Amino acid sequence: MLRNLYQSLWSYRGFILGSVKREFQARYRNSLFGALWTVLNPLSMIVVYTVIFSTIMRARLPGVDDGLAYSVYLCAGLLTWGLFAEITTRSQSMFLENANLLKKISFPRICLPVIVLMNAGINFAIILGLFLGFLLISGRLPGMALLALVPLLILQVMFAAGLGMILGVLNVFFRDVGQFFGICLQFWFWLTPIVYPLSILPEGIQRLIGLNPMTALMNSYQNLFLYNQWPNWNSLIPLLVIGLLFCVMGLRLFRQRVGEMVDEL
Amino acid sequence: MGHIRVSGLGKAYKQYPNRWSRLFEWMVPFSRTRHHLHWVLQGVDFEIQPGEAVGIVGVNGAGKSTLLKMITGTTQPTCGEIQLKGRVAALLELGMGFHPDFTGRQNTFMAGQLLGMQVEEIEALMPEIESFAEIGEAMDHQVRTYSSGMQMRLAFSVATARRPDILIVDEALSVGDAYFQHKSFDRIRNFRKAGTTLLIVSHDRSAIQSICDTAILLENGRMAMRGKPEEVMDYYNAMLAQREGQTVRQEMLANGQVQTISGTGEAGILSVRLLDPKGRSVEVAEVGHAMVLEVQVEVRQDIERLILGFMIKDRLGQPMYGINTHRVDKALTDLKAGERVTYRFAFDMRLGKGNYSVALSLSRLDSHLDRNFEWRDYGLVFHVINNRQEDFVGCSWLEAQTSVTRSSDKVIESDSEVLQ
Repeated sequence: MLRNLYQSLWSYRGFILGSVKREFQARYRNSLFGALWTVLNPLSMIVVYTVIFSTIMRARLPGVDDGLAYSVYLCAGLLTWGLFAEITTRSQSMFLENANLLKKISFPRICLPVIVLMNAGINFAIILGLFLGFLLISGRLPGMALLALVPLLILQVMFAAGLGMILGVLNVFFRDVGQFFGICLQFWFWLTPIVYPLSILPEGIQRLIGLNPMTALMNSYQNLFLYNQWPNWNSLIPLLVIGLLFCVMGLRLFRQRVGEMVDEL
Repeated sequence: MGHIRVSGLGKAYKQYPNRWSRLFEWMVPFSRTRHHLHWVLQGVDFEIQPGEAVGIVGVNGAGKSTLLKMITGTTQPTCGEIQLKGRVAALLELGMGFHPDFTGRQNTFMAGQLLGMQVEEIEALMPEIESFAEIGEAMDHQVRTYSSGMQMRLAFSVATARRPDILIVDEALSVGDAYFQHKSFDRIRNFRKAGTTLLIVSHDRSAIQSICDTAILLENGRMAMRGKPEEVMDYYNAMLAQREGQTVRQEMLANGQVQTISGTGEAGILSVRLLDPKGRSVEVAEVGHAMVLEVQVEVRQDIERLILGFMIKDRLGQPMYGINTHRVDKALTDLKAGERVTYRFAFDMRLGKGNYSVALSLSRLDSHLDRNFEWRDYGLVFHVINNRQEDFVGCSWLEAQTSVTRSSDKVIESDSEVLQ
């Protein structure tokens, strides 16, 4: 089954790469600043959060004193959360957005999620590059622990892709899913220690937030960028298990419903 | 290569009584099925040999497009299976996936990739695509500046850049100007000569008959007939004619004879029938047969003079033949209320193949503009088929008597001598 998927992906690699390229181009085709907007969006968000939380609220991270540290902390969570949010929200609407294509042209449908993943990956790579550049200039570039970024990102993308696939297929049959997940994502964001450090919460709530699989991941990113610490791999096992489960469920759902999907669009 | 086998093919759409029932069906394990199946295609079996050309005909909603979509793979069948050997190209939705903000050339790459081609292949085919589309410089302009005809040209050129083993065409050829239509048809013919299997959906009789070896008639999601294109098209057209007649009748009943019939109503038409040589009322006539158009008229009020006229029109509403009783000196005078008149117009059916309708008028004088008792369009719809006469073209059968004389060179020489 996986081999079949891989084969159809390989034979349509031209289409996938072309689509990724075109989507990137199309987004900035008629804009003057082009790819700058990819950067400006998260940048403005970081500035707003930094100003509000760091300067006005005088929030300081435990053990670190300078104001820039909070910005790094924020970026570590916000940028990676951005990748997660982009993959899931784009995946959930990928079949609906391409309804015309799906109904009229025969091509391996598995191309669509791959295109979503690659596009999100490119956008994230741009932002990550800038972030690393910023760290380099400000002399905060973490050392060897940066290598941990690779498995962390793979883990995150897998989790997001599995979830996105489930949402994408379900959204075709129940349009409520898209609306619902939009709200969910808002709550999820604020229930994950991204803007605030986990330690400022009361003990009981800390444990509750700890149940959120994304908490451990965000925590790993933050420790990596801020303190050059290797992640605590054990804390990531729940995310890995859930991610694998989502992927299997997503693929199964996709295979079962892909034919019926075209009738519903 | 190019072999198609379809067996027991069926397609049904799931219909749920309400929005929640699908959720129940998905979520509750071992629950009873809550949907019912709406079948649009059922029990379709056929086999198409490599190089064969098959036309699919049927009224709208008969399942033609669904069948093609399943063969191309966009829609999955509910039951049965489809076996294809060879590369399939479909001209179903030309220009699908064109992005208006990109140039024709960029879109060519996009469309090619959607067909599973790699960039190098498309690059190699590009000169050929460009020259076939004949859109000139526009190739490097944004597609949103294109006319629909230009888009069509480009899309067709891309879709047929490589010769497929199986080509599926869904009336795509009815777009574009006459020149490009010819050109594209030529390309399809050439593919066919080179061994491509063809599957065409069309309502155009001449397209089906000129290019197909066999035709399949779909009716209400089932295969109603498979045979020679001529036979199938005749049957199909007769079926259509019947249908048209029925709808007209229904319309009349429903509308209380208001829309189709106008007039003051002093006299009215009771019935219109077309009788074949054996005196049977028919809707299909054979070219050359002696037919009788029989019209029964009821006089409802006393009228001084009555003329009945009829006109036969073709499918496009163009008059084929019309005459009235005034012009043949058969006008009736001093009619009393309650009288019935039966008119019989006997003529040889010298019309070409096709659909015709009969319009009738009851009036006082030659023109129905003076006193119009009743005017009725589509008083009768009939169909002319040609199974017995030579296969002529056009709307009138002139029955040309052909004699051919051949002369030898010698005779010509002697002729020229005479001329000198």
